[in-house]
Amino acid sequence: MVICGPVTLANIADIRTRFEQTEATAPADLSAVTRLDTAGAWLLASSGRPILGATDAQSLLLAAVRDALPPDVKAAPRKVHHRMADPLAGVGIAVGAHFAAVAQGLGFVGIVVARLAGLLVRPWRLRLTSVVHHMQQVGLNAVPIVALMGFLIGIVLAFQGAAQLRQFGAEVFVVDLIAVSILRELGVLLTAIIVAGRSASAFTAAIGSMKMREEIDAIRVLGLDPIELLVLPRLLALVIVLPILGFVADLSGLFGGGLMAWTELGISPSQFRTRLLADVGVAQALVGLSKAPVFAAIIALVGCYHGLQVKGDAESLGMRTSRAVVTAIFLVIVTDALFSVFFAVWGV
Amino acid sequence: MVAETVIAIRGLTNRFGKTVVHENLSLDVHRGEVLGVVGASGSGKSVLLRSIVGLMAPSAGQITMLGTDVLGASAADRAAVSVRTGVMFQDGALFSALTVRENVEAPMRERLSVDAVTRRALADLRIAMVGLPARAGDLFPSALSGGMRKRAGLARALSLDPEILFLDEPTAGLDPISASAFDTLLNSLRTSLGLTVFLVTHDLDTLQATCDRIAVLADRRVLATGTMAEMRDVDDAWVRSYFNGPRAHAALAVAGSS
Repeated sequence: MVICGPVTLANIADIRTRFEQTEATAPADLSAVTRLDTAGAWLLASSGRPILGATDAQSLLLAAVRDALPPDVKAAPRKVHHRMADPLAGVGIAVGAHFAAVAQGLGFVGIVVARLAGLLVRPWRLRLTSVVHHMQQVGLNAVPIVALMGFLIGIVLAFQGAAQLRQFGAEVFVVDLIAVSILRELGVLLTAIIVAGRSASAFTAAIGSMKMREEIDAIRVLGLDPIELLVLPRLLALVIVLPILGFVADLSGLFGGGLMAWTELGISPSQFRTRLLADVGVAQALVGLSKAPVFAAIIALVGCYHGLQVKGDAESLGMRTSRAVVTAIFLVIVTDALFSVFFAVWGV
Repeated sequence: MVAETVIAIRGLTNRFGKTVVHENLSLDVHRGEVLGVVGASGSGKSVLLRSIVGLMAPSAGQITMLGTDVLGASAADRAAVSVRTGVMFQDGALFSALTVRENVEAPMRERLSVDAVTRRALADLRIAMVGLPARAGDLFPSALSGGMRKRAGLARALSLDPEILFLDEPTAGLDPISASAFDTLLNSLRTSLGLTVFLVTHDLDTLQATCDRIAVLADRRVLATGTMAEMRDVDDAWVRSYFNGPRAHAALAVAGSS
């Protein structure tokens, strides 16, 4: 049979149909072929027909393709066929993986604590510049968003509280409502959640991309310790700045609440202040802020841990980053609940 | 013989802030030739490649590729040109979520309607042609060595049977055997497919073994073009030390004896 025109990827289907219409052993005459690409050569070579009238370049290509013609490889399927017991097995695998991850995470906490203890013995090994840098990144740069968040929460609480308390003429208790809920719970908790979203992800992404580019290995080869170099500065920085951020949120929350109480309920700033000092007291604020270092440690550890778990590909970086944020926020809320139980039992 | 010009660069200027990488650079690439682009680190070889394939908008100048003014063309025209070119990035730049075979299939899947069986067979053929073992098709890029990633990247670049192939440091980081196998592969592909190759490299052996012409980038422009032999007569300190250094002599000696 004589083939005319181009034999390329674009018209490979037409050529194949023509092949099927003629005898399987009939020689293919290429003298009228204008363009031959690898796809076309593959079709000719794999058809097993004798080739006639090929130019030098075409025979070269055909020979190259024939050499490379792979033994019939069977592509491994991406997904195995689903069987009845798969969900059950999936549950088992998930539980096992979960416990393994918890154990690994605890191991990581252990290493960090050991390195921290080492730092107590040799405090000069602390990377002070790095700590200050991270304090700026996670602390100072987060002040605007945290302050705005606190201010808005104060407004919302005052507004909603006022609407309820007005029903039985107890408007003035809105001060207690705002102060206790912000100082004791919301100020620090919401700050921790914002910081978890902001900084846990940043830690994971930064350490994870260093892991991908073998920087962590380079640190190890230099005889340095990645935990000491990367994790401890971030941990210490966050433990130092999160209480401060919580304090900022407390202040702006009280300010927002006070502003709303003044405009909505006519509680003057001096009245607000008197009630605040008489009824609430500094203890509430201290109870709230005492949780901040614990939240900070959780966020930093989760962020750094997931960063170090990143594997070589971009997908695992994304997966670890989102998992770090979810885990950090979840653990912060769980810990906050435990604190509540603890404080209730001890009557604080 | 006047060969058809497939890439014409005129007055190209690239500026990053105050750093001028290219200034009024002009270069022609002819059909069917292998053009090697050399230059010191930071002389803008990769920037030039990125400007041509449209990953970077140059500060000024004109680039015509396969008859289309790529800088002024509409998105559709640019896409039509890019189907006729293939780019192999320095580290392969494989899609990490896809297996090697799926990576090679990806351009065919996205740009042409080819049935799945043919696509798979062609992907396997390309994988074999670039010298990868057959089982490599099922592996994910993260499981490949650096050399295998480069080969897989080449297989993907060849996937659409391009007319122009851009290679960014194809032999860097390969062992000498793989590197010379790569040179042979490039030569055979180029003769059989009539491929035009734009090759950015530092490898003197590759330059000697594959390139018809060499363009030297220095002082923000193309300092000289010509064959390997002509390069030795260029009156410039950098070109002289590049092409007359001990490594160049070794490359030429090997070429002469074979």
